Amino acid sequence: MAEEIIRSTAEGEVTMRLWRGDETGGEFAEYVMPAQEGEVVLDVIHRVQATEAPDLACRWNCKAGKCGSCSAEINGRPALMCMTRMDTLPPGETVTVAPMRAFPILRDLVTDVSYNYEVAKRIPPFNPRDKTADEEQAGGYRMQQIDVERSQEFRKCIECYLCQDVCHVIRDHEENKTAFAGPRFFARSAELEMHPLDVNDRRELLQQEQGLGKCNITKCCTEVCPEHIKITDNAIIPLKERVVDASYDPVAWLGRKILRRRKRTPAEAVADAPATGPAAVQPEVEVHGIPSTEDADDAMVGAWAVDAVPADDDVPAE
Amino acid sequence: MAEYETHDFDVVIIGAGGAGLRAAIEAQSMGLRTALVCKSLLGKAHTVMAEGGVAAALGNVQAEDNWKVHFRDTMRGGKMLNNWRMAQLHAQESPDRVRELEDWGALFDRTKDGLILQRDFGGHRFARLAHVGDRTGLELIRTLQQKAVAAGIEVFMELKVLRLLHDAEGTVSGLVGYWRPSGEFVTFTAKAVVMATGGIGKSWMYTSNSWESTGDGHAMSLWAGADLIDMECVQFHPTGMVWPLSVRGILVTEGVRGDGGVLRNSEGNRFMFDYIPPMFTDETADSEDEADRWYNDHTAGRRPPELLPRDEVARSINSEVKAGRGSPHGGVFLDIATRRTPEDIRRRLPSMYHQFKELAGVDITAEAMEVGPTCHYVMGGVRVDADSTATTVAGLFAAGEVAGGMHGSNRLGGNSLSDLLVFGRRAGIGAAEFASGRSGSPTLDEGQIEAAIAAAIAPFEREGGENPYDIQQDLQETMQSLVGIIRTRSELEEALGKIEALEERASRVSLSGGLRYNPGWNLNTDLPSMLTISRCTAMGALNRKESRGGHTRNDYPKPEAEMGKVNFVERIPDPDAAAIGVGGTPSVRSITVTPEPIPVMPDDLRALFEEAS
Repeated sequence: MAEEIIRSTAEGEVTMRLWRGDETGGEFAEYVMPAQEGEVVLDVIHRVQATEAPDLACRWNCKAGKCGSCSAEINGRPALMCMTRMDTLPPGETVTVAPMRAFPILRDLVTDVSYNYEVAKRIPPFNPRDKTADEEQAGGYRMQQIDVERSQEFRKCIECYLCQDVCHVIRDHEENKTAFAGPRFFARSAELEMHPLDVNDRRELLQQEQGLGKCNITKCCTEVCPEHIKITDNAIIPLKERVVDASYDPVAWLGRKILRRRKRTPAEAVADAPATGPAAVQPEVEVHGIPSTEDADDAMVGAWAVDAVPADDDVPAE
Repeated sequence: MAEYETHDFDVVIIGAGGAGLRAAIEAQSMGLRTALVCKSLLGKAHTVMAEGGVAAALGNVQAEDNWKVHFRDTMRGGKMLNNWRMAQLHAQESPDRVRELEDWGALFDRTKDGLILQRDFGGHRFARLAHVGDRTGLELIRTLQQKAVAAGIEVFMELKVLRLLHDAEGTVSGLVGYWRPSGEFVTFTAKAVVMATGGIGKSWMYTSNSWESTGDGHAMSLWAGADLIDMECVQFHPTGMVWPLSVRGILVTEGVRGDGGVLRNSEGNRFMFDYIPPMFTDETADSEDEADRWYNDHTAGRRPPELLPRDEVARSINSEVKAGRGSPHGGVFLDIATRRTPEDIRRRLPSMYHQFKELAGVDITAEAMEVGPTCHYVMGGVRVDADSTATTVAGLFAAGEVAGGMHGSNRLGGNSLSDLLVFGRRAGIGAAEFASGRSGSPTLDEGQIEAAIAAAIAPFEREGGENPYDIQQDLQETMQSLVGIIRTRSELEEALGKIEALEERASRVSLSGGLRYNPGWNLNTDLPSMLTISRCTAMGALNRKESRGGHTRNDYPKPEAEMGKVNFVERIPDPDAAAIGVGGTPSVRSITVTPEPIPVMPDDLRALFEEAS
C-alpha cells in the first residue's frame, strides 16, 4: 500500500553564513532557509545544496554521529554538523559554519585531512603476545572485561579529527605538524600501550618523534570530543607518565627486564611499522586521496578570525 | 582527448567497508599488487554503522551452538531462498574470521572466563553475536583499517568509480573514475576487480544508509554484463528512529530487543504476541511471563516474539500503525526504560543512549523510544559462485552486501558483519588467483574511457536543465511510497513508469561550479546507479508474485512453493549494444528479468531441517 510521505512544517527562517572558497581565498555567503523542527546543522546545509547551491562542498556520510566525516566549526566551535541541533544554537541569530582551521582547505567546508592518515601510518602497529596453551585450546585469547575497557574507551574514536583541529600545537602552527602526532594519535598509542595483548613499546617514539612533550594539557581536545573520550586525562597524561618512567626510573627499567610480559624495544617496535617518524626511512606507503594544497589558509584566516575558537587564555587553567 | 592519470595493479577492490578491506588484506598477503578504492575517506564506510554484533557460532556463551545450527537459522531466516553453499561456508568460517580480528587488535566485550562475549539477536537460536557494546561495526572497520595500513595497502580515497572497463572478450580490464577533491579523471588497469560497494538504500526516503549506498557496484556489474538476483528482496529494519523528521530512518539496534527491550502499541500492549507465524510457534514464547523468564535463563522459557526475524517484526509494526495503534509520529514504542536499570542501559547501549539524547531529546533510560521500519539492507545482489565469489563476468568478483544469495529473502541481524569477513576474504583469494593466472597487464580501451568521461562532464555543457537533487528526491519518494515494505502490482507498475520518466529527466541535468569537490556533480554521477537498481528492485518485485522475507505483496500475501524455487535474475543481454540511458550507461529499459532455479541443497544439509521439525 502506498506509503504516505510525511513532510515537515516550516517554523520561520534560519540564516546560514557558510564559508565558500578554496585554497586561494573566499568569503562567507548567506543563505536563508525555512526552519524545520528537530533539524541539525547538516540538514540545513543539505537543503542549501538541494536548492540554492548544488556545488556547496561539504563532507558527510552517516549523519548519525558514527563516522566522523562532517567536522566543521559552528559559530566558532569545532563540532560535528550532524550532531549539532539547530535548536541548541542561539535562536534568531545567524549560524556561521566554517571549515576546520587546522587543515588546508580543499573547497568550501571540506578540508584536506591527509595529515592524519600520514600520522596513522607512523604508529607501530598492534603486535600481540603468543597465545597460551589454554588459549589455543579455548580458541582465543582470554582477557577480563575490566582489562579491555581501558583501551575500548579509545577505540570509540570515530576519527572526526576535531581534537586535532582544536589542538594549539598545530592549529596555528603548520610547522609543528612534521613532529607532532596530535591528540587523536596519542589516544591511539595509549590504546595500544594499554592493550592487554600488545607487546610493542612506543614510548621513545612518542617522546622523540611524535611530540608528546609539546602537549601542555589544556584539555581542549577532550572538550570537543563527540565520543566524550577523556583524551587528556586517560590517554595523554598516562602516556606522559609512562614516558617519564621509561626515561628516569631504574626500578621500572629493572621491572621491565624481569616481567613475564616483555615489552619490545623501540627499535623492534619501529621495525614493525610500515613507516616511522618523519626522519626515518621506511618502505614508501602512499595514501592517495586528497591532492595536497600549499599555503592553504593564509588568505582566509583573517576572514573569520572573529569566529575562531577560544585562544589559549580562554581555556580554563588546569 | 580527455586527460587522465593511469595506475596499474593486479587486483583493484572497489569499496573500503568490511568486505573490501578484508579482500584487500587477503589479496595483498598473497603477494598481489593491490589497490583499495573508496568513495569516501578511509574508515567512514557504512560498516561503521553496524551496531549489534557479528554472528559466529563460537559457543562461548552457549556451548551447544555450532555451525549447523547457525546454518539452519540463516536459511530459515531467509525463507529458504538462500544460496545454501554460501550459507554453509558462512556458518562454518565465521568463528575463525572473528577470532582472527582479535589477533589483529579488536577488543570485543568478554565473558566471565575471559572469552569473547555473545549476545542474543533475532532469529538466532543461541546467543551468537560477538560485540563491543553497540558499536561493533566501528570496531570491525577500525581493526581492518589498521591492519590494512600496517600491511602497506595502497588506498585511493574519495575516488568515485564510474564504469568497469573490459577487453574484447568481455573480461574485466580495469576501471575509470574521478578524484572527488580535484575532479580529475583516473583509470586503473586491473587483472581482477572485487566489487565491495555495499547497498542501495539511498534510493528510499527513510533509510539507515549513508549517501554512499547508491548501488554503484550492483549497477556497474550489471552494465558490465553480470547477473543480479532477487533485487526485490530489500530489508526494512523494524526499528529506525521516526522523530524528529530529520533523523527519520537512523538505525536503532536490534540489541535493544536482544537486551530486554519490548515493543508496545499506543494501548500499551506487547503486540508481537499477536504476530507469531506458524514457522516459529514452536520456539517462541506465547505469554509475557514465559518470554520474560527467558531473558534471565534461556532454558526457563521460549524466546520472546520481539526477537523474531526482522521481516516479521517490521511487518507487524507496519500493521499496528495501519490499524491506528501507532505512536504519535507514526511508529510504535520500544521500551527498555522499564525493563533494565539506567546503568545497564548506558553500559550496554551507549550509542543508542547518546543518539536519542542528542538527536531526539529522549532519555531512553526514562522513556520509550518511537521506532518504525527503515530501509536497511538489500539481500539481492550480484550473482556469485559461493566458493570463489566470481560473478558471471570474467575477472569480476563481488563480496558483502553487493553480492546476492547469502541471505535469501531476509537477513538475520549480525549475519552481515560475518558475511563481510567470510566472503571478503574469499573474494581476495578468488581475485588474487584469477589475477595470478593472467599474464601481462590488460590494455585499456580508450574508447570506453573517453565515452565515460564525456558522459560525466556533459551536464556542464547544458544550461537551464534539471537539478539532480530534485531527481534524487522524486526517486526517493517514488521508491518509498510505491516500492516500500508492502507492495502491490498497480503501484509497482506505476513506479516503473516513474523511474523511466526520471531517467529521461536525468539526461537533461545541467550543472555549474566546476569539477572540484562538487556535490551536485557527484550526486549526478550516482544517479545512473540509483535509477538502475530502483528499476531492478521494482521489476523483481513485480515478477515475484508471492510474499517471502523482505518482499511482501499485498496482492499475493503468502509464500508460493514454486516461487521459492527460483531466483529472479536480472541482466542486460548485450550491454555494449544497449540503448543509452543516463551518463553513457545502458538504459534502464534494457534490463531483462528471468526466473531461474535456485541451487539445490544436498541431502545431508536438508536433513538438518527435517531433524529440527
